[in-house]
Amino acid sequence: MNETNQSWAPPLADLAVLGRRGLIVGALASAVSAVGLISNPAQFYRSYLVAFALVLGVALGSLAISMLHHMSGGAWGLVIRRILEASSRTLPLIALFAVPLLFGLKYLYPWADPARVAGDAILRHRAVYMNPTFFAIRLGICLLLWTLFAQVLSRLSKRQDDAPAPGLERRMQLVAAPGLALYCLLVSIASVDLLMSLDLHWFSAIYGVYVVGGQALSGLAFTLLVSLFLARRDPMRDVLQPRHVHDHGNLLLAFTMLWAYFALSQFLIIWSGNLPEEIGFFHDRLTGGWGAVSLFLALFHFAVPFVFLLSRDFKRNIGKLAWAAGLLLFMRWVDLFWLVSPAFHPGTLSFHWLDVTTPVALFGLFLAAFARELGTRSLLPVNDPELPVALEVHAHG
Amino acid sequence: MKGFIGRLFARHVKPELGTPGPRVSGGELPPHLYGAIAEFANADALLHAVHATRKEGYQVVEAYTPYPIEELNDAIGHGPSRVPLLVLLGGIAGGLFGFGLQYWTSVIAYPLNIGGRPYNSWVSFIPITFECTILFAGIAAVLGMLVLNGLPMPYHPVFSVPRFQLASRDRFFLMILARDPRFRAGDTLRFMETLGASHVSDVED
Repeated sequence: MNETNQSWAPPLADLAVLGRRGLIVGALASAVSAVGLISNPAQFYRSYLVAFALVLGVALGSLAISMLHHMSGGAWGLVIRRILEASSRTLPLIALFAVPLLFGLKYLYPWADPARVAGDAILRHRAVYMNPTFFAIRLGICLLLWTLFAQVLSRLSKRQDDAPAPGLERRMQLVAAPGLALYCLLVSIASVDLLMSLDLHWFSAIYGVYVVGGQALSGLAFTLLVSLFLARRDPMRDVLQPRHVHDHGNLLLAFTMLWAYFALSQFLIIWSGNLPEEIGFFHDRLTGGWGAVSLFLALFHFAVPFVFLLSRDFKRNIGKLAWAAGLLLFMRWVDLFWLVSPAFHPGTLSFHWLDVTTPVALFGLFLAAFARELGTRSLLPVNDPELPVALEVHAHG
Repeated sequence: MKGFIGRLFARHVKPELGTPGPRVSGGELPPHLYGAIAEFANADALLHAVHATRKEGYQVVEAYTPYPIEELNDAIGHGPSRVPLLVLLGGIAGGLFGFGLQYWTSVIAYPLNIGGRPYNSWVSFIPITFECTILFAGIAAVLGMLVLNGLPMPYHPVFSVPRFQLASRDRFFLMILARDPRFRAGDTLRFMETLGASHVSDVED
């Protein structure tokens, strides 16, 4: 392989169209959502939290997978590394998305409502940690550190593109290893803050990794959809081989099972214990219309993709695999909706039009930023020493 | 069911000794001839030879390599493996067994009231159901692979070729079986010589 940087240049015109569509749809949905903010602020913030968690999950999951790839190596990661890096470079924008949340804390969290804190001994006890100021500081630090790791890795990757230098891969590994550990810890902290504390007193020790597993799935599902978009265009048309897609499919299967494992562990332990301070979470989500949503999650966030992803033929074809990725990305939204919404409507299924417009708004804006970032680099890490082997075509006769 | 199992194993019926008598392509097949084998120095030469052999019209072809070669399976014309189907059936059987065992013990045979929970506590049955699914699928994979390969097989005619032991070291072998309709004693051997093999020889049964 003796390819120049030029030959892996991104399809700028198509990316510009994608970005522009994202921007237009995102801006329209934002405008509609803004009407909701004025007419029904409480509902707006609930829907917005789901949307924020979803887009944050795509970017952070991508960051985590790129760090995983720096640790493990392998052809599967080299062919999607630029997609992962572009997603993770949208983190500054996503940090901006967090700002509106800070104005709606009192609509979301019982600990942010002074009247409720005053009347609740446990909330009073927690107030040292669970208060709006410290919440904002923690969220800010998390977003800052994630952004920092994303930027450092992305810059090292850029330096590798500019000129091959020995030792750069090692340096990326040295950043990725602590980055991956820190990512998990910070997601654990942020998921307790953003999602778990919606419930008045409920707690679950596995909640953090449950969110980590979900983010990995979000990141990979989005990446595979972009991968399909690129595989239909030059110059990536001939790059992506069935063996790469096979690995992506196996990884998607692994993350699907990981999410199901965490989800079931949490459910099994709390269901078996059946203790008053824990069971409320599942009681709220299994009664009324929410039971149907829970079943829908079990079927379409796990069972259906699991069965399809067992098939070798399905996993080796990006056109087919993208269907699973699309389904799982949609189910990520359902999962987050299922985590957030029953806290406000226990026992009665409730759905608001803002639940649709806010994710569309944030996802559209995210897509615009992503498309711009993806266009700034070549689509493959041209100077990575592993690349020639990763692109080798085993074709005879 | 018999037909299904028959089809499942159809391609893997032990290779019969080529029936002596007139061949499709004319000529007589000597008894005790199992096939013709050619030795190659590297994987590329072998793959090249496989393509040429298939192009010539030979269908019952086997290849032996010191390490797995991904594209060889497709090149040689072996269809998709039947092991996945067995694994799936094993997994389904294991899942039903695992859940059934727990259901039978907790609901039918020894119903015990544990903290007021329902006898059919299906949530807590899931881990063992899952483990049994994996266990049975794994066993089906190993046993299915052995059975479909015809293993254990203490003797195989290729062992009569002295150089064949190199197949587990650094040589690549291609064999055309005598039961191939196009196989002709002598002609097939000469054809294999044209493929760039370092050695060719008959394989006696």
